[in-house]
Amino acid sequence: MPGPVQSIERAAAILRLLAQGSGRLGLSEIANSLGLARGTAHGILRTLQMVGFVEQDEATGKYQLGAALLHLGTSYLDVNELRSRAINWADALAARSGEAVRIGTHLQGKLLVVHHVFRPDDTLQTLDVGVLLPMHATAMGKVLLAYDANAAAAVPDGDLEPFSRRTIRTAKELTRALSGIREVGWAADVEETTVGEASVAAPIRGYGGLVVGAMGISGPIERLCDPHNRPRPDLVTFVRDAARAVSRDLGAPRW
Amino acid sequence: MAERYVMSIDQGTTSTRCILFDHGGRLVSVTQREHKQHFPRPGWVEHDATEIWRNLEQIGPKALAQAGIGSGEVAAVGIANQRETTVLWDRHTGIPVTRAVVWQDTRTDMLVEELSRRPDAYIVEELCGLHVATYFSAPTIRWLLDHTPGLRERAERGDVLFGTMESWLIWKLTGGPDGGVHVTDVTNASRTLLMNINTLSWDDTLLDFFGVPRAMLPEIRPSAQTYGAATRVMPGVRIAAALGDQQAALFGQTCFAVGEAKCTYGTGSFLLLNTGHEPIRSTHGLLTTVGYQIGDEPAVYALEGSIAITGALVQWFRDGLGLIGTAPEIETMARTVDDNGGCYIVPAFSGLFAPHWRSEARGIIVGLTSYITKGHLARAVLEATGWQTREVVDAMNADSGLNLRTLNVDGGMTANNLLMQFIADVLNVPVVRPMVAETVSLGAAYAAGLAVGYWPDLEGLRRNWHRAAQWLPAMDPALRAREYDSWQRAVERTFDWIKPHEE
Repeated sequence: MPGPVQSIERAAAILRLLAQGSGRLGLSEIANSLGLARGTAHGILRTLQMVGFVEQDEATGKYQLGAALLHLGTSYLDVNELRSRAINWADALAARSGEAVRIGTHLQGKLLVVHHVFRPDDTLQTLDVGVLLPMHATAMGKVLLAYDANAAAAVPDGDLEPFSRRTIRTAKELTRALSGIREVGWAADVEETTVGEASVAAPIRGYGGLVVGAMGISGPIERLCDPHNRPRPDLVTFVRDAARAVSRDLGAPRW
Repeated sequence: MAERYVMSIDQGTTSTRCILFDHGGRLVSVTQREHKQHFPRPGWVEHDATEIWRNLEQIGPKALAQAGIGSGEVAAVGIANQRETTVLWDRHTGIPVTRAVVWQDTRTDMLVEELSRRPDAYIVEELCGLHVATYFSAPTIRWLLDHTPGLRERAERGDVLFGTMESWLIWKLTGGPDGGVHVTDVTNASRTLLMNINTLSWDDTLLDFFGVPRAMLPEIRPSAQTYGAATRVMPGVRIAAALGDQQAALFGQTCFAVGEAKCTYGTGSFLLLNTGHEPIRSTHGLLTTVGYQIGDEPAVYALEGSIAITGALVQWFRDGLGLIGTAPEIETMARTVDDNGGCYIVPAFSGLFAPHWRSEARGIIVGLTSYITKGHLARAVLEATGWQTREVVDAMNADSGLNLRTLNVDGGMTANNLLMQFIADVLNVPVVRPMVAETVSLGAAYAAGLAVGYWPDLEGLRRNWHRAAQWLPAMDPALRAREYDSWQRAVERTFDWIKPHEE
């Protein structure tokens, strides 16, 4: 059993300090109060600032508690914000893969489509932003189940709703599939939602590696998969690279 | 095959960005750095041109590093820039003589009024297609020459140079005091009030009118042509295009045919319509401007409708009112209600631009009742952008005699689905977002790639264009008419707020 992590203890002390009194303190005041070297206190404050727990007043340079702390209980990243931050990389993924791109988040046991880029062949397609899809039968949904404990907890016990012959049917089967997804870092749906259709998705992460959504491509099985119905490795790489690029922009650590 | 990418530099009002594109017009890497906005007095807005240059020195190499390539693999670089912003610098030291005066700066309002009252003022619009206004470069140059001791003499001797941001960056990239190339392109020159819109050269009558010495002006060149090779930041790379940002977006949207239009939704919004090889004079408050010129081919003209405040209203909602934490959250808040609840916001923060051109108008919120929530206000904020677009499209249809059939959109606000649907609803035409939302950068890259033969022709560029999203009109026509009427009545209520010389 490892001992307590010193920097987390110190970060907690800084937050407690800022939560008291006037709530606005300078670097020296914070460092002196906690008996820390200025450099140490500054490093911790900068990290807390990066994750939004602390804000620095531009004029005075003083620190105060950040707005993100107040919203800890609610959604971590606004879905419209997510779309806005991901839009360039989603476009690039569609252009590179030649397939339609979607970004999804978890909403009350379903997968909510928050962004959709058309397949770049200029055929007639309809935006399906706002549509709800099943979690256990889509690549994006399975990614969220694999990495988001709350999403996984929202899956009902018992048998899962079948959409095709290949849909995952039991909780046990799902658990096995999710651990496989965590191992490789991406998920696929091969005819699990619709016969003849496949999708590939990877997680989008924010600060600290927290998964905030999933990003993926979907299309006909003969384009997305090899003759053995396995997703084409080049497409998987495109999807993972794009999701990583969005994550990097959102402040996720490299992985 | 070593050369595989084209780089674009987008020198914008708030930041400078470098983007690398591949042959398919796909984004490969992006770097960005914001620069400081200086507000030394009310109405004054300045940038430090040296800071912007230093930012470019950082983000240029970083963009290459991100893509894992060297400058040898860059076929060409193109520049798109904030338009009209005026830089004056010393040709011998390479140091700006003052901070750059940004297009939003209104210090020249008295001078503009004075110039507009001159009996020969009609000649300006006739020769250059624009009316005298504070954001075009000529009054700013004149103001700086008048207010900086000794500057006029230095300018007349050619010791002090004028340029918009693309001129400044090209000059710096090609060596600065050490052999720097002093050029501008037709689109940027068309925003100075000093270029003849028909001959595409500096016009002596206009130079006389504004009192600007010819010796300080850059040479006017086509938008797509090799101006020189960089000696710094990315040594050896050819600098092969420059366009004003809005013209770059028109080019990036591949609006190459007469009647094709795009609207870029940013802080302000700019709708440009390709009108072909003849400049069309507007009778409905639009500007005549150069769209682009490729090498020695004839120039393509455009009609432009500019809306001052669109994204800026969202920023105000965020920073001024503090009702949202980030700009995209406006959509979340707006979706908490089904309609505007009878509330309208007309953001005439510094008057109204096209098609009204009322500098004395100021913003209003009308239709307030106790029923109105912040959700309704958020809707009214977004709808203001939709209705302002509608007003400009109506003016364009009237001037050009063409009926807009599709609106190509780009810019940051295209991530807002609620807004895009609303625009389709109020225009009653499909709104289409192309696969690369970064059309300003893409346009500069396209022009540069075209100039050096990286892309063969316009048709080749068109093939790179793909539809990423489309919003179809779905509003009941009666509701549309009723809402438009309410909007127009709200607009009327902004007029005549500022009395002359009150400010």
